[in-house]
Amino acid sequence: MPSVERKFILQVPSSTENLAMIRDFVTSIAEQAGLTPGEVADMELAVDEACANVMEHAYGRDLTKEVSVRATLDGDTVEIDVIDTGQGFDPTAVEQLDLEKLISSRRSGGLGMRLMKTLMDEVHYEMIPGKKNELRMIKHLRKK
Amino acid sequence: MATSFTIQRSTQDDLTILSLAGFLDAHTAPEFETAVEQEIEGGHRKLIVDCAGLTYISSAGLGVFMSFLEELRENGGDIKICGPSPKVLQVFEILGFPAIFDMLPDVPAAVRRYAECPVRGGE
Repeated sequence: MPSVERKFILQVPSSTENLAMIRDFVTSIAEQAGLTPGEVADMELAVDEACANVMEHAYGRDLTKEVSVRATLDGDTVEIDVIDTGQGFDPTAVEQLDLEKLISSRRSGGLGMRLMKTLMDEVHYEMIPGKKNELRMIKHLRKK
Repeated sequence: MATSFTIQRSTQDDLTILSLAGFLDAHTAPEFETAVEQEIEGGHRKLIVDCAGLTYISSAGLGVFMSFLEELRENGGDIKICGPSPKVLQVFEILGFPAIFDMLPDVPAAVRRYAECPVRGGE
């Protein structure tokens, strides 16, 4: 019997103060989907990184904006979409410098994306100019 | 829902120990950044950051370690990291921190490391 798709949405003001709420939301969904504790922690961090990027770069710390986190469970995957309407910022396009080069240039950009790519099975970015930006992250469920 | 994060400061001879506890994320990283800045302004350049109480770290927190490292090392200091839980250590490892930073199991080991090698790479 095919699994029923379930969707969950959290929408919060764009303040880093709300990252804790986003992490709790993602943790709860990942646990419900049956991910292992390690996978839950991976997803928690990946989504935190994506949302922090939106708050600090796409919205430039504009607290009047909103960040949406949409989770979709279908029995095979957990998909998390981070949606914003800010200035398009494609984190997947950020140059991935090694740590030594970042330190010597006193930069830390790109670390969040490196974490997202490492911790999730798939990461995609879609920009619809003037409408929305969507970062999609997918974790495949390991069948027992 | 505020993120809980605290920093406790102590000293041992010329070493400053900053003990972090709670969640170090994009919201709390500025507090850590200010604490490190204050140490540098006060002339304290040999830092030990004790992560034993840290339950969570994101790249914003890691960025603080990175942004001060060169300045400290150029002035005879360092940041030695100790005590991270397996969950926090995994994040340091994904980004390659052990190749650049001294990472020790606890504060006494970090103190010993300063005695052996004050600045990593300066052996």
